[in-house]
Amino acid sequence: MAEITDKAREEFFSEAQEIIETLSRNLLALDAAQKSGKEDPSLINEAFRAVHTLKGLAGLFGAIRLGAFSHRLEDLLDDLRLGRMDLRPEVLDVLFATVDAYGRILTIEKEGRDEDLPSVDELFRRLDRLGAAVERSVSPMGDYELDPGMLAVLTEYEEHRLRANIEQNLKLYRLRVQFDLSTIDKALDDMKERAKRHGEIITYLPTGEASSADAIELDLLVASRDDLATLIGTLGADNVVIEEIPRRRRSMLPSVAPVRGSSPGGAPVGKADPLILADGGAVDAAPSLRSLTQTVRVDIRKLDHLMNIVGELSIVRSSLSRIAERLRGEGARQLAAELMRLHRNFDRRLGEMQDGILEVRMVPLGQVFDRLARVVRQISRDLGKEIRLVITGAETEIDKLIVEELSDPLMHMIRNAIDHGIESAERRAEVGKPLAGTIALNAFQKGNHVMIEVEDDGRGIDEVALVEKAVESGKIAAAEASQLVRDEILALIFVPGLSTREQADDLSGRGVGMDIVKTNINKLGGVIDVHSETGIGTKMAITLPITLAIVSALLVRVHDQVFAIPLSTVSEALSFDAHGVRRVENREVITVRGSSLPICDLGRLLGLPEPHEERKRRFIVVAALGNRRLGLVVDHLYGQEDIVIKPLGSSLSRVRGFAGATELGDQRVGLVLDSGAVIEEVLSGAEAPRERLSLIHG
Amino acid sequence: MLRVLLVEDSASMRAFVRTILTTSPALGEIEVAEAQSGFDALRLLPRGAWDLVITDINMPDINGLELIAFIKKSEAHKGTPILIISTASSERDRERGLQLGANGYLVKPFTAEALIEQTLAQIGTDASRGAHG
Repeated sequence: MAEITDKAREEFFSEAQEIIETLSRNLLALDAAQKSGKEDPSLINEAFRAVHTLKGLAGLFGAIRLGAFSHRLEDLLDDLRLGRMDLRPEVLDVLFATVDAYGRILTIEKEGRDEDLPSVDELFRRLDRLGAAVERSVSPMGDYELDPGMLAVLTEYEEHRLRANIEQNLKLYRLRVQFDLSTIDKALDDMKERAKRHGEIITYLPTGEASSADAIELDLLVASRDDLATLIGTLGADNVVIEEIPRRRRSMLPSVAPVRGSSPGGAPVGKADPLILADGGAVDAAPSLRSLTQTVRVDIRKLDHLMNIVGELSIVRSSLSRIAERLRGEGARQLAAELMRLHRNFDRRLGEMQDGILEVRMVPLGQVFDRLARVVRQISRDLGKEIRLVITGAETEIDKLIVEELSDPLMHMIRNAIDHGIESAERRAEVGKPLAGTIALNAFQKGNHVMIEVEDDGRGIDEVALVEKAVESGKIAAAEASQLVRDEILALIFVPGLSTREQADDLSGRGVGMDIVKTNINKLGGVIDVHSETGIGTKMAITLPITLAIVSALLVRVHDQVFAIPLSTVSEALSFDAHGVRRVENREVITVRGSSLPICDLGRLLGLPEPHEERKRRFIVVAALGNRRLGLVVDHLYGQEDIVIKPLGSSLSRVRGFAGATELGDQRVGLVLDSGAVIEEVLSGAEAPRERLSLIHG
Repeated sequence: MLRVLLVEDSASMRAFVRTILTTSPALGEIEVAEAQSGFDALRLLPRGAWDLVITDINMPDINGLELIAFIKKSEAHKGTPILIISTASSERDRERGLQLGANGYLVKPFTAEALIEQTLAQIGTDASRGAHG
């Protein structure tokens, strides 16, 4: 007997997650449609279908809570889509709340836990309070000369939509359309898009009378306010015949003859190749049972595994090149040249493989932006502030693992922006701003990085209050405070425990949250910068690496240790001249092309013992992230290498300053520097970095 | 060998049905073709003869009822038994499906035993009978 395997269970949860995301998107679209006064009943039906599917699946996989919750929600959505209940604002609020509830339920079901979910119980009560559905009187459809064959195949929902449209006294049309089976999805989407401008497509019925085996003929039942000529104008084509469905009562009106929606001389619809007949089965010599679904779901750990293999293969590659060098040295030039060719070929293919695996890991940021749109809606309602959310670059792709880690920090930033940044409507009116505040969420790719900006048009950060607060709470000395430049003042919002508000509220509390936001972004190898103009707004810019899986790194030596510095954070490397070092405000700096660059001896920072012999030539690697730059003094530059970063393991996971370890070609292990953390540590300069970073000889 | 066309828009539900059908000793050798929409089903349908069509009702675009009506109108496939899988709340839609000529139904969620029992009932107990044989 078939059993539900772990794999099937995993797929179920993954599909459930997708369905809930679809539901969330539908609700947002529904909300937007409501606000703009446009109705799109298909959105409610899609939400219904999502929950309906979820219920069926929950039953199969024994997810009892998920099933019970879906069942209750399905009833509500069924009432809504069949017009037994109106989509009032409080109903929409409850619907939005179900998305979060689903998230909680799914977590519990997945981990097989059995615990109370008070928020879900409360939601059940809210669902109950929405009141009972009302049966509507059924309006007659007999007024139209509808084909009984078509009426017989309408689902309950489609029948309801048909009645609803008839109640509004709309015209009904039958569109007979021929599609090529291979391209129908796109062609139909296109048709739907155009038909939507005129009304609603109620159903699609295959007629069974296609001209060839590769074609399909559909009857589309469309309700519209517009007249026949208008419809032909937008929807007319060689493959479309549009007919108005006449009303019985008004039979004195001339019934409209079928009109071919094309220019005269268009090809007749039924142009059949006489050799290929509609039934087609006999023509297909080799029937294939190939599934038409061409997508697979892959656990990201499997991709990590593949990436590790790529990493190991690149060690083989380095060995190949070393052997070639040795052969050349021993005079076997012919053999060395052949091996080098092989090495180049291997190198290229390995690069392609690596790119291929990386591409699979990439997902659009839109996934997390959708969730944020929901948050914006919720907070703006809670706070009574009207917010316009403008999203650009949702299609920008980034590593799946990064996307997962981004939603919390971004959510916090948006909360802050709405709560503290955007002024009340009265205040905005006073200063002549539009009443609705705007939050812009922009994403774009910049080289090997993805930039995400959260921008608001609120009051900006109160720098004076921020400095006062920092002094008051003892985070900085008063004397120091007067020396701070603008960027340093703004950076104070990231200092733990510093809030510009007298009372931290439950929604955000800027200081506390921003410190965590920053830590989380740093963990992903990113940095966050803040710009603010009083009265105009605040912009937070996050710079992130595109992927966590593999990085190009600059290998350097400090004393006898090899370190890898992610190349994406290296802007240049210079020769180090000890005579050029000045001390400015307790910090070592050199002058590079006219501007000063803070520097730091990496060996000293990491607590490596000073070598006995004097070092001759040293180098500076300039690490840059966002708008911060730091010169790291090292002993030797080995060059660039692609490395796979492996975690340090649980015992060292709390050590800051290192992103992980990597295998070097010669069987040795090198530590990968976390440039973001090192730059933070050195430039913030608040504490002696030595204690916090040193681990190597600790 | 039995050939079954499975029409269902949920991937997990397809996987569930497929696993049960392909691992049941009572059904013998079996091929399950999966369609994730009514259109997919229309594309797969002409690829030979089928011993059974299992279909959901609530699907986007072409719904299950339309698919049933189409199959029952088609010369080549009108004899193919059709099994509806739908949830308890779609009672009216299920009734319509039966009126249109579907041969049986299962209410989601169903057990593996119920699925096999219904499948056997639709194709006849002689599992060796195949569409090509």
